Amino acid sequence: MSDFKMPALGADMEAGTLVEWHVKQGDRVKSGDVIAVVETQKGAIEVEVFVEGVVSNILVPVGARVPVGTVLARIDGAAGETAQPAAAAARSTTPQVVAAPIPVARPTIATGARLKITPVARRRAAALNIDVTTLRGTGAEGAIRLADVEAAARALPASAPSIRRGVDLSEMRKAIAAAMSRSKREIPHYYLSETVDLHAALTWLENFNRDREPLARILPAVLFLKAAALALRAQPKLNGFYESGAFVPMSEIHIGWAVALRGGGLVAPAIRDTDKKSLADLMSSMRDLVERARRGGLRASELTSPTMTVTSVGDRGAETVTGIIYPPQVAIVGFGRIVTRPFVVEEGIAPRPLVTVSLAADHRVTDGHLGGLYLAEVARLLQEPEKL
Amino acid sequence: MSESAPLAITYREACKQALRQALVEDSRVFLMGEDIGRYGGCYAVTKGLLEEFGDERIRDAPLSESAFVGAGIGAAMTGMRPIIEIMTVNFSLLALDQIVNSAVTIPYMSGGQFAVPLVIRMATGGGRRVAAQHSHSLEGWYAHIPGLRVLTPATIDDARYMLLAALVEPNPTLIFEHVMLYNMEGVLTPGVTSVDIDHAAIRRPGRDVSLITYGGGLFKTLDAAETLAKEGIEAEVLDLRTLRPLDSDAILASVSKTRRCVIIDEAWRSGSISAEIGMRIVEGAFFELDAPLRRVCGREVPMPYAAHLEDACLPQRDAIVAAARDLVRPT
Repeated sequence: MSDFKMPALGADMEAGTLVEWHVKQGDRVKSGDVIAVVETQKGAIEVEVFVEGVVSNILVPVGARVPVGTVLARIDGAAGETAQPAAAAARSTTPQVVAAPIPVARPTIATGARLKITPVARRRAAALNIDVTTLRGTGAEGAIRLADVEAAARALPASAPSIRRGVDLSEMRKAIAAAMSRSKREIPHYYLSETVDLHAALTWLENFNRDREPLARILPAVLFLKAAALALRAQPKLNGFYESGAFVPMSEIHIGWAVALRGGGLVAPAIRDTDKKSLADLMSSMRDLVERARRGGLRASELTSPTMTVTSVGDRGAETVTGIIYPPQVAIVGFGRIVTRPFVVEEGIAPRPLVTVSLAADHRVTDGHLGGLYLAEVARLLQEPEKL
Repeated sequence: MSESAPLAITYREACKQALRQALVEDSRVFLMGEDIGRYGGCYAVTKGLLEEFGDERIRDAPLSESAFVGAGIGAAMTGMRPIIEIMTVNFSLLALDQIVNSAVTIPYMSGGQFAVPLVIRMATGGGRRVAAQHSHSLEGWYAHIPGLRVLTPATIDDARYMLLAALVEPNPTLIFEHVMLYNMEGVLTPGVTSVDIDHAAIRRPGRDVSLITYGGGLFKTLDAAETLAKEGIEAEVLDLRTLRPLDSDAILASVSKTRRCVIIDEAWRSGSISAEIGMRIVEGAFFELDAPLRRVCGREVPMPYAAHLEDACLPQRDAIVAAARDLVRPT
């Protein structure tokens, strides 16, 4: 038997509200299944389970707010009893977390899927002022039935605002404030930067994109992401967590990709195994993450598993960005806006597209020398874009 | 106990008691049909009545459904209370013109000057291994016709007392007796001396799903409800009793309560009374529904003779259980 616990979906998270169960007692689950949704300051997060078995006991009802680590459900099962639930995954010292499947956006009403709901359920939901698109149907063909509406109604805490999936920006601001304050308070940052000539990279990219459909084209940010990930192989001390007074290196490289939300706010969900993915895969992963981050459909494993963060400000950002480390990670790499400047090339001066790559790293783990080697590796990798 | 315990009787015996009571109480009543006299009726319902009432009142008819139904219409129009027996519903088609074009239309076309208080009894349904010309369930066709009253007694009480109610009815009334019910034993409800033919009856109350049926489907359906109860599904069994006029109120009330419905009808599915019931539910209780409607009907083939094939063509308990379970707990 294993416990499915309220995950810590960020360094600062102390409690979460369970807003949806996707399973009921007796349901069989397998690793990677999203079985619950937890409302946090980062919005509604889908929480996966990483064991296989049967849900034997659901201990926390929908609507309850419970501290991190509270057992939400018990799962009986033969296979994977030693595997860890999502919450523990990122905090664990065991790097071998079961790989989550590449997230696929769930069809919603907005994407044109027809909502199946029985007439009486629709009528009842209207009377109760429940948004039927937030419900999960248990009827034939997944139709929402009266029982699903009634369950949702029971789950609504008396006189509490109705549960809404999405992002509460004021709550998110509080979360960012707490995490960044803690980072600045606890982590002795050191900062380095390096100007990288992107002539080779952008020329190659232009060629690559020329004959491709818009959706298949790759953004420069993908090259940055891949280079930042590959460079961690050379400097593994920047990839991992600082916990309980010691650095815990992670053998897998899951880059947290900082996504700015419309209207403010920021999340940095993980792109798993960033170093092993092709550029095309990274592009689609990024697109998917951005879409879900803005809609509020991120998964727990994506929030808990980044081993290092990359922030890329894009073409409307500042020339240089120097990040603040997201605890308990130990480094953050920033890519500024690509700018064209006079640059010394061989013996002359030429206009060149340049990017300032910055590194903020935890001085408790590494020193500037190592950080410098890392940035040099990033720069070197960007000179050989075809090898990324 | 001051009174002796009520004796179990068969459905056949209940039908016979009803006929005997009608013959005793009203001298205008007479029976007519093929083999109902000396032979005692092909399902032995009228056995012994000839000896008791004589051949003026228990009249064997030639093999001519159109003729003897027509004679019955004339007798009814002129003040008699004929009770006609047709061996099976399949043979009634030979008298369809008399029933539809005469019995039903005369009261209307005469501006109400003539009533046709005619009662026609006939056997219906499958299960007796008598093949395709004796086993069909065509009562739904008659339920299509305005001006007819169509009764389908399923219980001992209904078999015993529906005939008396039908004889009071001024319009032509058809009574369909399911062949598999004749040997069924039961006890007449003490104190009951009449039944009403206007209302459906809830034979088993329940909250999870309505099982709507009539006649020969009732006991299979009650059986299915028992099985479902063991799984924690409380099915409500509604016995329609009268197919025309349909008791819409009872249907809508039950479905509005349970929000799910399986209609069990031995007749062929297409264009059947089950289709009519389903449509009425959608018209009258659409917003109460929490699941699609389901039907368990007879297979759309002429009834086979071979036992296993006949059984396969008829609605059976397991199919009813499966349909209901699926609505309540979709897989």
